[in-house]
Amino acid sequence: MGFYVAQFLTGLASASSLFLVAAGLSIIFGVTRIVNFAHGSLFMLGAFIAYSISQKLGFWLAVPLAALSVGAIGWAMERTVLSRLYAAPELFQLVATFGLVLIIQDAALWIWGPTDLLGPRAPGLTGVVRILGQPVPEYDLFLIAVGLMVLGGIWWMFTRTRFGILVRAATEDREMLQALGVRPARLFQVTFFIGAALAGLGGALEMPRQPASLLMDLNIIAEAFVVVVIGGMGSVVGAFLAALLIAQLNAFGILILPEITLVAAFAAMAVVLIIRPYGLLGKPATTQPHAVEIQPPQTLAGYGRIAAIALVAVLVVLPLVADSFVVVLTGDIMIFALFAAGLHFMMGTGGLISFGHAAFFGLGAYAAAIFVRDTGAGMEIALILAPAAAAVGAAIVGWFAIRLSGVYLAMLTLAAAQILWSAGVQWQDVTGGDDGILGIWPAQWASGTTAYYYLTLALASTGIAALMMAAGGRFGHLLRAGRDAPARAQALGIDIDRRRWAAIVISGTAAGLAGGLFAFSKGSVFPDVLAIPNSVDALVMVLLGGLHAPAGPILGASVFALLEDSLSRLSYWRALLGAAVVGIALFAPGGIAGTISAWLTGRRKETA
Amino acid sequence: MSTVLAADGISKSFGGLKAVDSVSFELAKGDIAALIGPNGAGKTTCFNLLGGALAADGGQMRLGPTDITGWPPHRRARAGIGRTFQIAATFRSMTALENAETALMAADAAPENASNLLDDVGIGALADTPVTALAYGDVKRVELAMVLASNPSLLLLDEPTAGMASNERLRIMELVTGLVRARGITVLFTEHDMDTVFGFATRILAMDQGQLIADGTPEAVRADRRVQQIYLGETESGDA
Repeated sequence: MGFYVAQFLTGLASASSLFLVAAGLSIIFGVTRIVNFAHGSLFMLGAFIAYSISQKLGFWLAVPLAALSVGAIGWAMERTVLSRLYAAPELFQLVATFGLVLIIQDAALWIWGPTDLLGPRAPGLTGVVRILGQPVPEYDLFLIAVGLMVLGGIWWMFTRTRFGILVRAATEDREMLQALGVRPARLFQVTFFIGAALAGLGGALEMPRQPASLLMDLNIIAEAFVVVVIGGMGSVVGAFLAALLIAQLNAFGILILPEITLVAAFAAMAVVLIIRPYGLLGKPATTQPHAVEIQPPQTLAGYGRIAAIALVAVLVVLPLVADSFVVVLTGDIMIFALFAAGLHFMMGTGGLISFGHAAFFGLGAYAAAIFVRDTGAGMEIALILAPAAAAVGAAIVGWFAIRLSGVYLAMLTLAAAQILWSAGVQWQDVTGGDDGILGIWPAQWASGTTAYYYLTLALASTGIAALMMAAGGRFGHLLRAGRDAPARAQALGIDIDRRRWAAIVISGTAAGLAGGLFAFSKGSVFPDVLAIPNSVDALVMVLLGGLHAPAGPILGASVFALLEDSLSRLSYWRALLGAAVVGIALFAPGGIAGTISAWLTGRRKETA
Repeated sequence: MSTVLAADGISKSFGGLKAVDSVSFELAKGDIAALIGPNGAGKTTCFNLLGGALAADGGQMRLGPTDITGWPPHRRARAGIGRTFQIAATFRSMTALENAETALMAADAAPENASNLLDDVGIGALADTPVTALAYGDVKRVELAMVLASNPSLLLLDEPTAGMASNERLRIMELVTGLVRARGITVLFTEHDMDTVFGFATRILAMDQGQLIADGTPEAVRADRRVQQIYLGETESGDA
């Protein structure tokens, strides 16, 4: 009995920091309608900054000072980037905060280096208390108290202070608040400060429990997303309940089967989404902003077909004239162009945001690799299984996803991918863990650089062409109708949920095929294929090329691969990528194709 | 005359407010019926119940002989209910022609007929214009072309003339009534402008505070005491 009580208290203590992060995320969303993907990064900064301060000033001063510093960083983030994006489509808000994740990650690497930093323990709270005979760290009890105090503090602020009442009013009805003469800009700044400070506090308080590390940001953000989806966006009490639920699932799940904790979190989220799509205490959004800009596709007018034929002709001739390095690089570009084209189909034509598309790419890669390893059978069947496995995964994620939209969809896909990635790392018997699966080579007839290149060309170009035709044809029109005006589309007889589901499955299938091709191209599969950076790469390719241009993914994958090839040797390549992402969101939402086409239209108008 | 639509005691509450309170009526084939009532009477909620955008708390709806209670909007659309929105909704990434083509595809009809549809509503010349570049009156016509694509048996028009100048109102109502008569479509429309209502409706349903208070010919409804008190009275005193 005592053991279970102790385990329960451990769960409560973990719930505290998770609650601090989720509460900040939730408050910021409630007021500004922005889901801050960089909130995990603020948590991580809290841990690092607290470590540095504690070296000079000791633990007890380090915690509040770190929280205030992180609050200031959040405020600066709001001023420089996010305040410019309040009127932008959701996708660009999400993408900009995602860019900040990459920048903060490299900034932390630059300042604190790659090694984990273990901070001091809390003076005065280093002992254990015996509860029913079981040792419970004093610090855990302190954390539980802090969690409750913060919950109480937030409640007091929201019900008893002018600021809190304005925040609640802003959450309910932003227009009304403006009509009453409240300046939203100030309110947003203060909200960001408080939300960021809460995340920083959470990170700082982790000092005695775990070392500050560069992995903290993405680990906590995925969990925080699960918490806010379960609790309901914008609800602090919901975040508290959900954090308790997840932390207890972790605390007790780990006793039964360590691998099951991740699945348990996802299962809990799934159950809540089925019963209450907006979370335990959340409310459906009254006005749904558009996820992406409503724009016509930027086609190459009558030249699209000629351009496509010319491109394929060049690609067919390439191995005859280029050296093997170029051939391998081009093969990789084609694989990623297929991956990006799938994502582009779902996001551009469907308006459905995925921040975890690596899940489907990785499912394809692992399905192919596991099949080859366990059966010894050939590449041909593996390359059919890869897209099939990804399609099944996409059908499951999509089944939940179509109940959601916009930011919820982005969070769900990211959380799903993160959970799959953890499974890839932890489920060693099947995936080989960090050691991956080796020796995945193509069949005899397709082995060798040139032969595999042609196989890749055949499958990738067929896949991309099929996606383009679907987007430009009946399916794409009906999907786009649902994106442009959902109520209108339904009233015309379009079952938009079914179409969105199909779009997600199609998109996942393309990613799975790309993943299968990737596995045989590299001869091995590692958990990296499922990791968030892989999702980000695909996202950047789509946005870089142009979300509304059919040729966007090809353009984006090519430019991205060339940039990566020349820049990824730089130590801070991820930060550059992040800056590029923020830059696209702020200054060139149309990507390369969109910018060119805007320029062309401008010229045409001038000459006319 | 055969019954096209039957509503039997349909209700919808929001919190404590009974927005639609046990409303029953039937529409016969060829009816051009106006649903009138002051703001907040429950007209739009009633439309959303009939179109399926809102689920009814109680009551039954039938389209012809088919019970459609509980059907989602897309299924009702496929069964023959077309609807337009108070603020015209079109697909903003498309041209007028593509909008009509998409509507035809949604109805499993041949998209080649799209230009005929646009001709029918009088904007054939604007086929290749993006809908974002059209005047509002023309956007309303595009929406009308779209709902005609599926050959509906019933049209629900939510304020078909809202946001239009008075000469344009007349033209759009003449267009609508001409089209539906030629195709034998039954119409239920909401409207604030009394000249439009009495100029075009063959039948009037009046609502107040969620309840249906009158249902009959324009003459009968005009003479109805409660309607005069609640609704027309306001107009006479110059409120509207």
